[in-house]
Order: sequence, then structure tokens, then C-alpha cells
Amino acid sequence: MDKLPVTIAVSGLNNIDSPGPGIPVIRGLRESSTLKPRIIGLAYENLEPGAYMHELVDKTYKVPYPGEGIEPLLERIRFIHEKEKINVLIPNFDSELFGLMKSDALLNSWGIKMFLPTLKQFEERHKTNLPAYGKKYGVHVPDSWPVTSHSDIYDLREKAEFPYVVKGKFYDAYIAYDMDQALMYFNKISAKWGLPIVIQEFVKGTEVNVVALGDGNGNTIGAVPMRKQYITDKGKAWGGITLDDDTMMDLTHKIISATKWRGGMELELIRNAKNELYLIEINPRLPAWVYLAVAAGQNLPEAMVKLAMGQEVTPYTQYDVGKMFIRYSYDMICNLDEFEKLSTLGEL
Amino acid sequence: MNLKIKRSVALSDSGFVFDASTGDSYSLNPVGQEIMALIKSGKTDSEITAYMTEKFDVDAATFDRYLYDFKVTLKQMQIIEDYG
Repeated sequence: MDKLPVTIAVSGLNNIDSPGPGIPVIRGLRESSTLKPRIIGLAYENLEPGAYMHELVDKTYKVPYPGEGIEPLLERIRFIHEKEKINVLIPNFDSELFGLMKSDALLNSWGIKMFLPTLKQFEERHKTNLPAYGKKYGVHVPDSWPVTSHSDIYDLREKAEFPYVVKGKFYDAYIAYDMDQALMYFNKISAKWGLPIVIQEFVKGTEVNVVALGDGNGNTIGAVPMRKQYITDKGKAWGGITLDDDTMMDLTHKIISATKWRGGMELELIRNAKNELYLIEINPRLPAWVYLAVAAGQNLPEAMVKLAMGQEVTPYTQYDVGKMFIRYSYDMICNLDEFEKLSTLGEL
Repeated sequence: MNLKIKRSVALSDSGFVFDASTGDSYSLNPVGQEIMALIKSGKTDSEITAYMTEKFDVDAATFDRYLYDFKVTLKQMQIIEDYG
């Protein structure tokens, strides 16, 4: 069967110690048995490694940060689209999602398809809304409180005991064992990601995760549970292994079915000593470890592109248990002229 | 203790134990491997003791103590679970 040529723009090419999902998503797309992808990388920085991985990324364009406003980003995407005729856009950063979701109709009118959660789904699962989310969908969720000042944190002493988990609205999480640490992490995270900061009750247990894809009608197109075997000081998995765990799969199906989740998602869970699963976060996109799912038999990036293009996708029902990934760093040698090209022309 | 090996636990010939539900893995020495195989085959504690004291130079009271410790460890690691 001839493979379908498709031009796919992908962001999140920062394949570093806290990697973006772009490169793992692209690896999945490259292994598609039905698609022949031309990959357009969208880079925010000149040193994003993906821009220089020519065996994976056909062409890279610099794009402005979403924090500078959605208009410049859309303008740049339009410029790239005129040259490359993008069929599907896969944004891989949390900070991109809100603006692009709001621009879904506009991008669609240009002929660019995405497969993202709805704004309601995106807002509802926000860290600040998670306790209400747990109550609504019958899921164990640790208590959490949005805070915007030091005095808010002092006020929490009556509601919760240390340790607290101090979290940024998009990224970063630290465990604070006393008030000094809580205030320090508040300052550190808010300086980087802004307010509010979320203080979450600490749940002791084993961290497990699920990568999944919902079709927007309540069906789970694929889901693979994983346990992090080694966690870096940035809280990222350096090694992981797929699990055979019915309770994690049931919870995933339940959430996708109840919310009619559309798009990729990562459930971050803690299994406590009583074997109860606590939902600590829902990331509304495919995670950086998604290639493990591909290797275990579920090519979720490929399925997501097909869903974006309006194709029928048969749900995956199986995956290999005990499949592992071990992340490694690698010094890629690049020539100055390529760096110069990306820096000055914004294209490579 | 009436114990059985958890359904999700796989034991390989090399003594590698893998629990597919938690992702945990362990290595057993040859004696541990042999005892695990006996537990897996449904042998009772007294049958395991009889077999091991016959095969190795150990008295029943000493072996029972080691067997009890070993099973407690396996239970703590959630490799085996109670039944009946």
C-alpha cells in the first residue's frame, strides 16, 4: 500500500535533559506504516537539537515564543504554511496550547489541522482546578490550593501539613518540607513561570504514568501505562518500563470516556501504600516518553495525525508489557554554518 | 502462611523476577530460585522444608526460620500474596 504523503509541523524540539516531546513524536511518525511524513520543525531557540537532526526533521523554522502573544506566532505559522503547505500541526508545549486551541478555526480555514483537547477540557484539568475535577469524575486527587503570595502559603498551615508539593502553572514541581523551602520554591517558580503557584498535598508512593489518546467521542484510541524507573533531579524519567496494570487502564478509560477527551494526554499518578491511585496531574499532550508507547506497539503520534485528518482509526487494545526505555545524552556535532543559518535567517 | 505468587510476577530460568504490574525486578540466587519454583508449584511449607532438608545439609528448624524470613521478604516486596 502506498503511504500517504503528509506535511506535519512539530514543536518541542528541545531534546535535552528536560526533553520536549517533539523528537519522540517525530520518531513515531517516521515509523508509520501508512504515512509518508515531511517534518517541519518549529524551534524557539537556535540550540534546540531537533533542528540539527536532519534524519528526523526535514526543515526547521524559528518561531516566536507564545508568551510574546499569539498573533506573531500565527503570523509566522502562516508564513511557513505558504511555503510548506502544512497539513497537520502538532504543538508539544503546554504554553502553546491555549493560544492554538483558540486559533483552531483560523488554522483550519488555512488548511492546517490539529487534534487538541477542547478549551473546556483544557481548563477543567488545570492544576488549579484538579480537586474539583477529581470530585466531578470520581477520581482520587490530592488537595491543592492556588496561591499568589507568601501570605497565602502561611494561611495554608491551618489546612495542610508539610511536606507540600510546590508547582508552577506549566512546569516545575518541588517538594517543600518546611515553610522556608515553600517560600523559596514559590519565588523560584513564580520568577520563571508566573502566578499562580499551586500548592499540592504530598502523596507518598510510587510515581506511575499513562500516555493515552482520546478520539473526542469518549473512546480511548490507545493507552500505555509506565513506571519511571529512574527520575532525574528535574523530575523527568531517565528510564521507564511498561506495566500490566488494569486499574491504571480502567482509570484512563474512565477519564477519557467521562470527559470525551480529544487528543493526546499524559496522566501523572501516584500509587500509595494502600494501592490507591491518586491523580496528580493531567498533561494535555503527548509526553516526551511517548516513543515507549510506539515501541510497545501503539503508534499514538501516527494515530493522532490520522484523527486530525479525519481518518477512521481503529483503537489499539494491546501493547508489550516490560518494554523499557533508557534515555541517554549524545554530543551531536554540528557545523557553524547551520547554526548561523538558523540564527540569522530563521530557517534551516 | 498460605501464600501464592502474584499473577503478574514472572520468574525466569536465570533467577530474574519481574512484576509486570509494578515494573519492579529482582535477582534470586539459586537457592531462592529453587524455593520460588516450589512455591509456584503449589508446595506447602512442610513439603518445601522436607525437599530442601533432603537436598541440602540443613536441619528442619533452621530451614523453617529462613523460609519464614524469605516469605516475609517476598510478601513485603508484594511478590507473593495471601490466599485462603
